[in-house]
Amino acid sequence: MTTLIKNGTAYINGKFEARDILVKNDKIHKVAKHIADKADAVIDAAGMHVFPGFTDIHVHLRDPGQTYKEDIVSGTRAAAHGGFTSLCTMPNTDPVVDNIATVDYIQRRAKDLGYARVYVVGAMTKKSEGLEISEMATMQSGGIVAVSDDGKCVQNSKLMLNCMRYATNFGLPLIVHAEDYNLSGKGQIHAGKIASQLGLTGIPGLAEEVIISRDIMLAANTKSRLHIAHISTARSIAIVREAKQEGIQVTCEVTPHHLLLTEDACRGFDTNTKMKPPLRTEKDRLACLEALREGVIDCVATDHAPHADFEKVREFDHAPFGIIGLETAFPALYHHLVKPGFLRLERLAEALTSAPAKILGLPHSELKPGDPADLTVIDLSGSTTFDAENILSKSKNTPWLNQTLSSRVIYTILEGRITWQAEA
Amino acid sequence: MAFTPQFVGRNVFDLDDYSSEEIMYILEAAKGMKEINLREYKKIPTLRGKTVCTLFVEDSTRTRMSFELAANRLSADVVSFQASISSLQKGESLQDTVYTLDAMGIDLYCIRHSSPGSPQLVHKYSGKPVINGGDGRHAHPTQALLDIFSIWEKLGDLNGLKITIVGDILNSRVVRSNLIGMKKLGMQVTVCGPRTLMPGNMEEIYGCRVEYNLREALREADVVMGLRMQLERMTEGLFPSLEEYSKHYVLSKDTIKYAKKDALIMHPGPMNRGVEILPEIADSNQSLIVEQVANGVAVRMALMFLILGGKV
Repeated sequence: MTTLIKNGTAYINGKFEARDILVKNDKIHKVAKHIADKADAVIDAAGMHVFPGFTDIHVHLRDPGQTYKEDIVSGTRAAAHGGFTSLCTMPNTDPVVDNIATVDYIQRRAKDLGYARVYVVGAMTKKSEGLEISEMATMQSGGIVAVSDDGKCVQNSKLMLNCMRYATNFGLPLIVHAEDYNLSGKGQIHAGKIASQLGLTGIPGLAEEVIISRDIMLAANTKSRLHIAHISTARSIAIVREAKQEGIQVTCEVTPHHLLLTEDACRGFDTNTKMKPPLRTEKDRLACLEALREGVIDCVATDHAPHADFEKVREFDHAPFGIIGLETAFPALYHHLVKPGFLRLERLAEALTSAPAKILGLPHSELKPGDPADLTVIDLSGSTTFDAENILSKSKNTPWLNQTLSSRVIYTILEGRITWQAEA
Repeated sequence: MAFTPQFVGRNVFDLDDYSSEEIMYILEAAKGMKEINLREYKKIPTLRGKTVCTLFVEDSTRTRMSFELAANRLSADVVSFQASISSLQKGESLQDTVYTLDAMGIDLYCIRHSSPGSPQLVHKYSGKPVINGGDGRHAHPTQALLDIFSIWEKLGDLNGLKITIVGDILNSRVVRSNLIGMKKLGMQVTVCGPRTLMPGNMEEIYGCRVEYNLREALREADVVMGLRMQLERMTEGLFPSLEEYSKHYVLSKDTIKYAKKDALIMHPGPMNRGVEILPEIADSNQSLIVEQVANGVAVRMALMFLILGGKV
């Protein structure tokens, strides 16, 4: 089976260039200015941009255990709709991914039924309770790519030190959701102006910064590979910048919502603005954007966190934290940052492809012959409306609900197979 | 241009949705209602055939009675929903509760809930007007209206009046609504309390003065309002003891002398006598505390009358 993607502008070696791409079975076979070879199928990508398939290293597929929110099929379909071909699932399912059987379940189901390549992140501690180290090495033999207690945070510094020592023993990176529970408390939104006004309990930036400082010190001591999930404050970024300058092995990601929204979005008590870490101030948002541009923030990850309507459409302080993000990530960032000139398209492409893959050492396509045929074809002049009908995730909890954003994912191709095709 | 008030069908989530003219119009209407409450037969037929629901997800006997009395005196039918003895206790969602109530034909909801923003939800689910009877730490607009009414009735023109509010500002919905309403009417508000009980950014948000020293805060005040200090703030690590709190923030003869002579004394109740206020002040001639309760019924009557389009 051969597919020829003709006349597109492809992201290769950090630049966009006019290239035809010939796919043979699951691999990229040829990349050139003009390819005249016959192919079984031809995609005319004239006027469109061709990216390596996007990688999202922070996704909650809710499978097993909470499949009313999302499952491996709906979640990976949503990923394909958003242009993603690879993703990492976080272990806070029910049961928690702290054993090889659950790792195996997710991988087999994704392989049989999935619309994206799924990498599993295993729990750092048993049941992610922050009490005992999980069977990391056994899970690694089953294929996990990192360990994390995402959604929770190990409060005991001694245990965290040992998690790092142990994970590093097996070459596993650690992904940290930085939150000091005593400082975050019963907080609902950022501890700032809007929290004061709405009478909602605040989550101070300190809750994140204190743990990031601690874990960077522990990582420096143990020489472990530390990745900080969803960084959200200017001070956190300053701490990471300094650590990187010192040569400490630390990376971090930012979500689209922390790049695009602030605490002001919470004014109307819309629970689709409630997530952890919370939406911060404009100063924090601008610091995130600047850090993404200069590379202190390595990549973009969505923290796709589906919740059902009956959970989310309710009293603000009773609603769960989190929003979905796979489908809106590129259009929202393109619409609000790239199109108005705040972020270069090349940097966004990098932050969604090679950068996240590099952090966890995942194989990925660079659109070179021999690479896996993972491709995303996007029409930047198109637009997408995200309503309850066309969002493929089972859950619709997004602040961009019923909004129209610039750009449209036309094709997503995983190992030569079309996983998403927009209607003509 | 003459001011034509439009109240029918409106929500009262908080006072920020109301202009100063509209607030004054409500106060005028409340004055008329207060007169009814002083009659021997305290009832007018204006809302006959309308149904008011008091939906109290958080217990509050005083506020619920005030709302129910207000509706009764306007001849509306009143149904009372109390969470502690209801389906919400059995795990029913607020959404389903409102759908159920709405099927019975409610015209106006008065809600008390511990979650900020829940009045907005009740309106969203029912499509009916909602009066916020207190939502968490967020807002308590009818309390603010009755406080403002009480001051206006005693002192007349509110513009330029100085009020000092003392106590647990952080956890007070009364303060937040009063700040919005009082600023609109030109009052100068000072808030005072220990720093652990003071929310951030108050000056920026409300244009008020923040003062941590009681004596400084009381200087030149025309009105002084105390707030209830709750014991559980101590276990939350926000202050060490009621005794120490009282030593620095109690309204007493000794501290009140820093305010203007004959300054009005207010408190939204229920009071902790001996903690935030001493009886010598609470029961003095300057005190409006009992009057506030009476005015609460009048203000709530005025709102119900205006929102349900009662006929005079």
